[in-house]
Amino acid sequence: MLKEIRIHGRGGQGAVTAAQLLAHAAFIEGKWVQAFPYFGAERRGAPVKAFVRISDEPILVHSQVYNPEYVIILSPELMQVMDATEGLKKDGLVLMNTTKKPGEVNLKGWRIATVDATGIALELGLLVAGFPVVNTSILGAFAKATSEVKLESVLKVIRETWSGSAGEKNAKAAELAYERLIKGW
Amino acid sequence: MQNVIDTANHIVAYAAKAARVQVIAAYPITPQTSIVERIAELVESGELNAEYIRVESEHSAMSACMGAAAGGVRTFTATSSHGLVLMHEALHWASGSRLPIVMPVVNRALGPGWNIWADFTDSMSQRDTGWIQFYCAENQEVFDTIIQVYKLCENERVLLPAMVCLEGFILSHTYMPVEIPDQEKIDDFLPPYKPKWFLDVNKPISHANIVSPEWYMEFRYMIQEAMENAKQLIPEIDKEYGKYFGFEHGGLIDKYKCEDADLILLTMGTIGSEAKIAVDNLRKEGLKVGTARVRVFRPFPREEIRKLAENAQMFAVIDRGISFGMEGFLAEETKASLSNQKDQPLIAGFIAGLGGRDVTFKTIEKIAKKSSEWMRAGKVGKETVWVDLRK
Repeated sequence: MLKEIRIHGRGGQGAVTAAQLLAHAAFIEGKWVQAFPYFGAERRGAPVKAFVRISDEPILVHSQVYNPEYVIILSPELMQVMDATEGLKKDGLVLMNTTKKPGEVNLKGWRIATVDATGIALELGLLVAGFPVVNTSILGAFAKATSEVKLESVLKVIRETWSGSAGEKNAKAAELAYERLIKGW
Repeated sequence: MQNVIDTANHIVAYAAKAARVQVIAAYPITPQTSIVERIAELVESGELNAEYIRVESEHSAMSACMGAAAGGVRTFTATSSHGLVLMHEALHWASGSRLPIVMPVVNRALGPGWNIWADFTDSMSQRDTGWIQFYCAENQEVFDTIIQVYKLCENERVLLPAMVCLEGFILSHTYMPVEIPDQEKIDDFLPPYKPKWFLDVNKPISHANIVSPEWYMEFRYMIQEAMENAKQLIPEIDKEYGKYFGFEHGGLIDKYKCEDADLILLTMGTIGSEAKIAVDNLRKEGLKVGTARVRVFRPFPREEIRKLAENAQMFAVIDRGISFGMEGFLAEETKASLSNQKDQPLIAGFIAGLGGRDVTFKTIEKIAKKSSEWMRAGKVGKETVWVDLRK
């Protein structure tokens, strides 16, 4: 079974890193995986897309993800300038970084899950160049919302990627996001 | 064996390390940059015991590589797009000097319009430089091919440089699992380079000297012979690699469900991987279709193309590149390979995916369906189709 995930963020938010970490987490659980960005002219703040595929079989497809099972939105205001749910499967799921509850999100027809990843980053002082880091915590929320990967795998790859206190802080954020995720179904 | 997950560009760097390259001279260019960045890190940390020569241009990179290779050491560079075409003159010097330099080329479109995405026109436009050319479809193949190619190029019957091509972003920045074999086993498969000759101050010789009309043709003939030898050795080395490490990539052509196919999709690179999905889907609809991914473009696998043509009624050739004023590169070579042959299949060319436009398995299915209509009609409707061209 092939599962496809599309991550929407803004340049500098780490959507590409989130895609790689998520693929890595599924990889250590024995899955075939793929993660890749859609590269535009990269610049801070511009809309960025990254894709993840998780499968029980080797992955032959190399084109972009058009009909994902899951959409992750790191920046809710992106919804004003683009249709992040474009092509999302009927039984699909949207995971959004927002202070809103799922019922307050203006999206109909899919399962909606929300988490205040920005709030968690501010609470933990998880900032890079003054910007709150949301790409690691959102993966904790993703594990809770979809069960496609285990929280432990997410924490493991976070700690492998960043050693010491940076790894611990990011792992803590992912744990908090896992706990605080709100499912709208 | 080590199971890693990384981008194809980083995998290229690990393959260079595994091949124990001794000199690297390279200039960064998108989307090749993360190859040379990672190699620079490996050299800096001492994990790769090699000389990294920083140069001011790709022309200088190739010139430095030639000097190093002529000095008798295993040499590596990597480039892309405009960097590759800037190297053009030096490419001829490298092959003419019979130096086994290995160069990954991260395929990227040429400007203008300025474009950083995948397109084969950069390396295809270098097809007459005397370089061997491989095209990869996945990260594992990128690693394996680099190791295989050093063994090929350093073979006394070949002694030519080679490009290992991978599509920009589609492979270069795509993060996928790769098995990296144990170093001792790689060392056993690929022993240190033992050059037949090398520049040595204690035993001065001259090479790449002037050659008069009396002998120039003979030197050219030897390059052609070396290419023919490479054609023979490539499948053998791929098989041997398979025995050592468990991965084979089809030798010259990676064939998928071609045995009983009426229609064969001729492809290159990742389109060849995606085409396998299209083939499986179309077979469910009863279409007898297969795909043959041309893995080696120089030397061109003419004999294998002829063999494929024996049972097929039609070839649909998909090119991520165009030779302006003619047609797709692979379509050209396929047709040329079949001249003077009896009972040729119909051949239609499809130009797709230029400048990084996505070629999905759905696009490939559409190409196959159109081709199958023409196959049934016994006539190709259009010599070259530009797929999904916007009006």
